[in-house]
Amino acid sequence: MNELRRKLLQGSTAALFAPWIGAGLLVPRRVIAAEWNRAAFTARNVNEALKAWGAANAAESRDIVINAPEIAENGAKVEIDITSQIPASRSIAIFVDRNPMPLCAAITFSGGALPYCRAQLKLAESTRIRAVVKAGDGKTYVAFREIKVTLGGCGG
Amino acid sequence: MADAIKIRAQVQGEITDIRILMQHPMETGQRKDEKGDAVPVNFIQTFSVLHNGKLLIDGQLNTSISKNPLFAFKARGIKAGDKLTVAWNDSAGDKRQDEISVP
Repeated sequence: MNELRRKLLQGSTAALFAPWIGAGLLVPRRVIAAEWNRAAFTARNVNEALKAWGAANAAESRDIVINAPEIAENGAKVEIDITSQIPASRSIAIFVDRNPMPLCAAITFSGGALPYCRAQLKLAESTRIRAVVKAGDGKTYVAFREIKVTLGGCGG
Repeated sequence: MADAIKIRAQVQGEITDIRILMQHPMETGQRKDEKGDAVPVNFIQTFSVLHNGKLLIDGQLNTSISKNPLFAFKARGIKAGDKLTVAWNDSAGDKRQDEISVP
């Protein structure tokens, strides 16, 4: 992470950049956080989303374990958990192939955080899901799981 | 004001389980209300978990995360008395931050 950018987000140079804030060029935040990856999150198919996330060439890995139900009765809340045993895993991103916008969540780990996350997804229909792990060496890895959905979760 | 984030931490030796429940409608923009009008899109876009003020988890989310979503994480090096802070920002510009002391 860029040190200058961190300082900007922490607001330690807020006075200096105050005019920019007024002009909407800088948005103050309370905590340090990466920008929402608009291109990846709003992509309308899984290949575009993977490309925007920098994971178009992810290698399939057995060191990513996805726990998910085989059949989900209600697509509005499907709980999955993902564990990565890939050394120096930096982030886990969850893609749902058949959702209108496939990228659901991207979790980045710092400090003592282990490369594990449990999340609750909406699934529009029966679909393949993918967990994409970015490792410290810059490589990306992917694992797949199929989930059958009895009742879709997009109409609410 | 948005409802409080529920944060639970359970120290199990070296590793601590962290569970976070963010109370949010997570509207996709596709749902219609009783009158048949579309409910505007509104979802948590970013959240973060801090351990004693230092970043532990950075999350970016989409509309396809469930309403009132639960997340769970694991981390090393958390002790009783440490502070865990969770903050989120949604697409409508609302935000919420809560903190607990690890029991």
